Amino acid sequence: MFDLTGKAALVTGASGGIGGAIATALYGAGATVGLSGTRTEPLEALAGELGDRAHVLPCNLSDRDAVAALPKQAAEAMGAVDVLVNNAGITRDNLFLRMTDEEWDSVLEVNLTSAMRLSRGCLRGMMKARWGRIVNIGSVVGAAGNPGQGNYAAAKAGLVGMSKSLAYEVAGRGVTVNVVSPGFITTAMTEKLTDDQKAAILKQVPTGRMGEADEIAAAVLYLASPEAAYVTGATLHVNGGMGMF
Amino acid sequence: MSDVEKRVRKIVVEHLGVEEEKVTESASFIDDLGADSLDTVELVMAFEEEFGIEIPDDAAETIQTFGDAVSFISQHSD
Repeated sequence: MFDLTGKAALVTGASGGIGGAIATALYGAGATVGLSGTRTEPLEALAGELGDRAHVLPCNLSDRDAVAALPKQAAEAMGAVDVLVNNAGITRDNLFLRMTDEEWDSVLEVNLTSAMRLSRGCLRGMMKARWGRIVNIGSVVGAAGNPGQGNYAAAKAGLVGMSKSLAYEVAGRGVTVNVVSPGFITTAMTEKLTDDQKAAILKQVPTGRMGEADEIAAAVLYLASPEAAYVTGATLHVNGGMGMF
Repeated sequence: MSDVEKRVRKIVVEHLGVEEEKVTESASFIDDLGADSLDTVELVMAFEEEFGIEIPDDAAETIQTFGDAVSFISQHSD
């Protein structure tokens, strides 16, 4: 089950906790993986841990030229891009009334626009191959909203609408487009929360604990696999029951 | 039949799965040959690769028939 031998997967934000776990899971299933991120050092470290089928592809997703070049670089390094995981995300939290244009634009650019541009760049190869998987990483915040995260919620909800529209267009070509929507996962992003904030959040999580990055990676691996060919336009919520959408 | 015409016809026949006789000069990809809008994008991609040319989006929109494709490619490839 879930064998990705011979497939090549590009993962953005692979230097982060969830992205690293996703890349590790896909690699473990036999895929060649392209590790993308802004910080080269952790990418190199992860590639070293994984092995020969891991390629380091640094890219700053707020740089449009770099984003445009990434699908080509990935295809050159790996021979193709069969699986694209748009995982990279940033936060610039602020109360809506105080939110600057820059905070809004930077979050939309990295979390939503880069996903669109990378998907567009990888689609030609997937359509020709009549096989492809795009998995976009959303957030429970995109479905439920969150005070202080108007920009982040807009971008994550935007990914869902984009994924559904694209899923319609390419379904007949063997390409699926889905979203995995994490709840509160133990990562550097949630480490910033205070203990009080964490306790308040956990009250809303029926399972009573934070999720682990591996639990997101498992959902991505499923959607990337040949077995998930009949699943498209879907959002798989992995949030411990925090939001049942 | 020109070389360009032969190669374009082969792509159209293979991609859309239509009889070769139906691919006449005035045959519209969408109205006569059963293509959907994504098929037309894929055809343009296939033409670009076959002939090593770039077909910009605004030009691609004007390529509605087999004859349009042959004449555009004849003018833009070596």
